[in-house]
Amino acid sequence: MGSRRFWTLVRGHLRAYLLGYAAAVGAVAAAQVSPWVLRGAVDRLQHAAPAVEALAAALLGLALVEAAFSYAMRWQILGAAFRIEAQLREELFAHLQRLDATFFHRWRTGDLMARAVSDVRAVQRFAGVGLMRSFHTALMVTSSVAFMLATSPRLTAVTMGILPGATVLFVVLGRQVHRRFERVQERLSDLSVLGQENFSGIRVVKAFAREALEVRRFRASAEELARAQVHLARVQGALWPAVGLVLGTAAVALLWEGGQLVASGQLTLGQLVQFSYYLARLSFPMIAAGWVLNLWQQGRTSMARLEEVFRAKPQVQDPPVPVVLPQVQGEVEFRGVWFAYDGRFVLRGVDLHIPAGRTVALVGPTGSGKTTLVSLVPRLFDPSRGAVLLDGVDLRRLPLRTVRKAVGFVPQDPFLFSDTLLANVAFGAADEAQAREAMRVAGLLKDLSQLPERERTVVGERGVSLSGGQRQRAALARALAQDPRVLILDDALSSVDAQTEAEIVAELRRWLRSRTAVVITHRLAALEEVDWIVVLAGGRVAEQGTHRDLIRQGGVYAELYEQQRLRELLEAEAP
Amino acid sequence: MTVPGDEEEAVGTPDRRTVGRLLAYVWPYRVQVVAAAGLLLVTSAADLAGPQLYRVAIDRYIAPRSGSPDVWGLSKLAAAYLAVLTVGFAARWAQNVLMQAAGQRAMADLRTDLFAHLQRLPVAFFHRHPVGRLVTRVTHDVDSLNELLTSGLVAVFGDLLTLLGVVAAMLWLDWRLALVVLAVLPLVYGVTERFRRRALQAYRAVRSRLARLNAYLNERITGMSTVQLFGKEPRARAQFRELNEDHLQANLASVANMAQFFPAVQVLGTLTVALLLWVGGGRVVQGWVTLGVLVAMIQYAERLFDPIRELAEKFNLLQQAVASSERIFRLLDEPVTLQDPAAPVSLGRVRGAVEFQDVWFSYHTPKAVQDEVGWALRGVSFRVEPGQRVALVGPTGAGKSSVVQLLCRFYDPQRGRVLLDGVDVRAVRQQDLRRHVGLVLQDVFLFSGTILDNIRLWDPDVPLERVREAARRAGAEGFIERLPKGYLTEVGERGVRLSAGQRQLIALARALLQDPAVLVVLDEATSSVDAETEREVLQALRGSLQGRTVFVVAHRLATVQDVDRILVLHRGRLVEEGTHRELLARDGVYAKLYRLQTGRLWQPDGGGGR
Repeated sequence: MGSRRFWTLVRGHLRAYLLGYAAAVGAVAAAQVSPWVLRGAVDRLQHAAPAVEALAAALLGLALVEAAFSYAMRWQILGAAFRIEAQLREELFAHLQRLDATFFHRWRTGDLMARAVSDVRAVQRFAGVGLMRSFHTALMVTSSVAFMLATSPRLTAVTMGILPGATVLFVVLGRQVHRRFERVQERLSDLSVLGQENFSGIRVVKAFAREALEVRRFRASAEELARAQVHLARVQGALWPAVGLVLGTAAVALLWEGGQLVASGQLTLGQLVQFSYYLARLSFPMIAAGWVLNLWQQGRTSMARLEEVFRAKPQVQDPPVPVVLPQVQGEVEFRGVWFAYDGRFVLRGVDLHIPAGRTVALVGPTGSGKTTLVSLVPRLFDPSRGAVLLDGVDLRRLPLRTVRKAVGFVPQDPFLFSDTLLANVAFGAADEAQAREAMRVAGLLKDLSQLPERERTVVGERGVSLSGGQRQRAALARALAQDPRVLILDDALSSVDAQTEAEIVAELRRWLRSRTAVVITHRLAALEEVDWIVVLAGGRVAEQGTHRDLIRQGGVYAELYEQQRLRELLEAEAP
Repeated sequence: MTVPGDEEEAVGTPDRRTVGRLLAYVWPYRVQVVAAAGLLLVTSAADLAGPQLYRVAIDRYIAPRSGSPDVWGLSKLAAAYLAVLTVGFAARWAQNVLMQAAGQRAMADLRTDLFAHLQRLPVAFFHRHPVGRLVTRVTHDVDSLNELLTSGLVAVFGDLLTLLGVVAAMLWLDWRLALVVLAVLPLVYGVTERFRRRALQAYRAVRSRLARLNAYLNERITGMSTVQLFGKEPRARAQFRELNEDHLQANLASVANMAQFFPAVQVLGTLTVALLLWVGGGRVVQGWVTLGVLVAMIQYAERLFDPIRELAEKFNLLQQAVASSERIFRLLDEPVTLQDPAAPVSLGRVRGAVEFQDVWFSYHTPKAVQDEVGWALRGVSFRVEPGQRVALVGPTGAGKSSVVQLLCRFYDPQRGRVLLDGVDVRAVRQQDLRRHVGLVLQDVFLFSGTILDNIRLWDPDVPLERVREAARRAGAEGFIERLPKGYLTEVGERGVRLSAGQRQLIALARALLQDPAVLVVLDEATSSVDAETEREVLQALRGSLQGRTVFVVAHRLATVQDVDRILVLHRGRLVEEGTHRELLARDGVYAKLYRLQTGRLWQPDGGGGR
């Protein structure tokens, strides 16, 4: 476990670990004394001496002491491990929150979830059971061997000559088990792939009437797997019985050799019984060693996988010495902005100045870079080259909080959380009144009657599913409620019907007053009254001007407009 | 991956029906199972022999009450003990292997049945159920069922057997001392039962809180940019901390429970030994029992506790396996909605006449279809003569692909009929129908395997010659033969090692190999090849498809101008039909679509991206 983070976490619970280890010492001590008591009892009984009652009571007392210590050990160490798990998971979450959109495009949610769930748990198991057992086992082994030597060096030599056989078996058979287990895993993965592909490509299978053939293929694969499993069982099924055989052999050797010693009077019967107890206490450690090793390996691998996430550095960061803007006016400027996504340039030198208070429409064919351009304003990404400025200051020199507070961003496919509609809208609002006003502007109020709990209806993945238009309007309201100086709508009303859109636009215009707005839209009809239209094509500004100017120019915009008109005519065509 | 807690955790007790169905899969391997159970008796007996041998060793050879110790006897006894251990080892090993062999074969059968059942389910089923979950059923759930069968049931049986054996042996040795030990058992049972109940409770609490934590985490990761845009990271972190803390508390409760249980059982074990010493000690002194009996009793008492503790631990594992088995059987019970007819009409030589008669179709269940909103097709009727080349066109959502789905009978229409050579497709066996209706899908799907496998779809009866022929007609021969391994080239998962165009040519060859009377081509199937290749392919198709009925479902109108007939769909209705020229002259939907597509902006601008 070469992770500094892990040991720092463990050090944070040093007290618990020390207490736990102290309790382990107590538990082992109590456990190791009881065979002495038993020895006394047996020896007395052999000579028909009474008064074993006191010894029986002592035995029980020792057991109670051991139980108390052993409880304390488990509670301290396992509890600390679960606390470490929670801490590690929280650190991971906090770290994820600092990472930017580029990271989340690269990493799949499922992968991140696997790390936050399974890997964190594997680390916990090592921190808990692993660290507890390794210490407890080591104590048990050393003390047992010491007591055995004290009782009879000869018997120790005989039994300790046999016992390591269990460890050897474990290693030898364990290697075979491992190899065969890997083959099982391969077969299982083959089977999964077969299932996965069949289910994903079920249309091909059905279209070509290959069901029977596929079943035959699957059966062959399932039988392969079964064969590999049985192959594994042949070795794995021998492992525990063989270990048992070795331990049993040691016990028989003890009985035989020890019995002779007792017969010849070199050892008392009580000592033989005592010895057998120490021997028995060595059996579990022989097995636990392999188990702890396994926990350690898993924990180390998982911790490395977590470190991989922790190592990711956010590209969008707060500046070390931020410029403070007392009040944001809302002037936005793109200065020679280039942006590469996956090594391919999506923006190629965009220069654009938007004065505060202006509403600008951004249009262009699919893939012209519109969404990328507006994503730079709230700093979802930073440009590869060039700069984006707010009120004349490079965004990268402003505190992130300032930028994001000032910029309201509504994406085309917004994400609503599983919470009430009101809570979603009030996400960035100062109070609920502000949220309700935003809902009014976004035309959400008339939808409330359709919802079972009105504004308190839970929406999102685990709630009532809203229509695409409702989702978009909720996201719009959420952005408005934040009271931003710059509002960005990225085709944010595409699923809203034309009538509602017109109503919203009318309200929005009043709401905008002195605010800046950048609007991406495919509905060009709505643009005839916009102050300024910017046409993006191939990652550059191709044209800009008023609707009338651009139509007169007969360029890209004019053609887009004609296309749009045709599409609308087609829409209107009665079937 | 499967996120723990992504589905309801049905922890329950096995109902009789589930167990019965499970046993039906084991029945063919009953000989192995019975043999394994027999061996279990041997292992239990071997386990029980140990303390008895100890007793004999002490009382007769080591410390006899009368006479002197007998070293030779001790040696014989040690040898016998070793033999017993060896027999026990062999029996246990054989029992493990036998049980695994039976269990694994039974599970292979169950897996195959499950898979075969899935093959009979309609395509719609696979849209409703995520592939990952189905794979989990076939792999992970079946595995945990095997666990239940091989380790679970056998271990429970073995534990019970040992328990009974130990009690019997103790009673036989000295019934008074045995009663002393048995007096402790109710206490053990009480402690174990309390542990089990609280462990189950803790397990449920941990699961449900973990599920909540995971749901939150999943949602926040998906919606991370929203959180960041609104600067709500601190609040999200506080909420996460709360859920995390809840989960921690549940875990701590479970730790506390376990930390109490194991020491408690140990104390009870020592209590038994102490009682034996106390009561038995007196009896030894009085000469009622030998020292060897007392030692043996102590050893038996220790063996009594293991099976009880293991039964308690296993119980919760068993419940999880039961949940798995219920999920599996639920899937096996999924009704096959698209049934083959009881008395199917056999299609002889198919000429390829296709007819739709007033077809109404919706992807939703009938009760969801109110008014006219949910219909994908509304009263579509047309007839295509054998050998005709027909194009289906229309804006997105017009119903083009629905027509194809019905023709291949991936779905059934709610009203109306689809006929092939005048026979209702529902009257024909699905396999039969699909042999005659070929489909080149727009989403090319290649399986991992070789090119040869992908063209003939693992049918060993198709000779390489015919595969070559099909590849040639599809225009795929050139690139395949240039590959170093030719037809034996591995295409990788989903064909990642081939270009999009190459993948499409292989899919085309696959359809041509089948040599169907009716071929449906979705034009995007040829969209990824360059213009030159596309023309070649279309030409090759034209030659090789003489006399076959061809449907081209066209998204790009440029590819369909020379077909015999164009059917124009709009909002689920057939609105226009005719040749390219006739339709242009009509200046209706088709003419507008055509003008829309020939505009300059339609060309990809090379920008793309986000």
